[in-house]
Amino acid sequence: MKRFAIGAAGVALSLAAYAATPVRAHDYAVGPLKIDHPWARATPPSAKVGGGYLAIENTGPEPDRLVGGSTEAAARVEIHESSLADGIMRMREKTDGVVVPPGQTVEFKPSGLHLMLIDLRAPLKQGDKVKATLVFERAGAVAVELQVQGVGAPQPAATGHVGH
Amino acid sequence: MPVLKWIRYGAWAGVVLFAFVGAAILLGWWQVDGPGRSPAGRAAVQGVPAIGGPFTLVDHTGRTVTDADYRGKPMAVFFGFTHCPEVCPTTLVQMANLTGKIGAAADRLQILLITVDPERDTPEQLALYLQSFDPRVIGLTGSREQVDAALAAYKAYAKKIPTESGYTMDHSASVYLMQADGSFRTMIDYHEEEASALEKVRMVLR
Repeated sequence: MKRFAIGAAGVALSLAAYAATPVRAHDYAVGPLKIDHPWARATPPSAKVGGGYLAIENTGPEPDRLVGGSTEAAARVEIHESSLADGIMRMREKTDGVVVPPGQTVEFKPSGLHLMLIDLRAPLKQGDKVKATLVFERAGAVAVELQVQGVGAPQPAATGHVGH
Repeated sequence: MPVLKWIRYGAWAGVVLFAFVGAAILLGWWQVDGPGRSPAGRAAVQGVPAIGGPFTLVDHTGRTVTDADYRGKPMAVFFGFTHCPEVCPTTLVQMANLTGKIGAAADRLQILLITVDPERDTPEQLALYLQSFDPRVIGLTGSREQVDAALAAYKAYAKKIPTESGYTMDHSASVYLMQADGSFRTMIDYHEEEASALEKVRMVLR
């Protein structure tokens, strides 16, 4: 019995430690879709837009489509894609959303697909967790939290000390 | 007698024509190959592209500035805008990393962010935006015409693209490294390896 109590305390402690880890990979699921580590970049004061990133894996047999989303942090969320060609960065809105084919993972990352948070209500600060909802054509809506990394952070979590 | 007179007129006309053609050739040589050629022309002869040149813009403190204000300092010039979620903050952070690695020697480097979106990027907007970055970075804006002239001088590209909720800007994503005399030296590409970017910044500081 005593041993059990110590074991339970150990489990509770490790769970608490896990929960308290400031930046950890976190993921969500909706239907057959797995959403891995949604994150955003901190924004400078006066910035009106921010970028949100994540990976969506489709474990089901049917394609699905991310059609939009919303967040408490900004007036609207659009899906954009950046591309670099001939030294010129172009950004286009994906008005038809983004298809996630069965068995595949679509990554939203800097210089590629991203959620465009438009008309931020306040600058995104490193360490913030931003509540957002993603809407899929088949799987429906899913609530996620975007973890805010440093300004100009190149990728989720990891290197962390880029920025200030 | 009238015949001789016409011959004399003709001869004088020939002299004038000859002198004019000679003067034109001399003038042409002077401007293209001779001492009177422009710096841009010299650069072209030496194979260095004529990138950069005069601009008049307004800095993020509201002061009107020209390229000559930064003469004597090597410059890292790039084009961006504050409604830019990716390239602009990334480039600013990368430049801070590079200058940080080089240390005190990089204090001479003048980093200039020229907005391609002067309609939204007022001096105040730029000043707020730049608070997140290296305090040595100067943000430049101006009238549409002033910004277009700077873009043309640097042979840079920018285009307004309408979106559902407003517009965004396509723009050149490279950093121009300019020498202390204002002449073009080289460029750092977006996504360039850090080691090579570092070497380029060191080169322009030498």
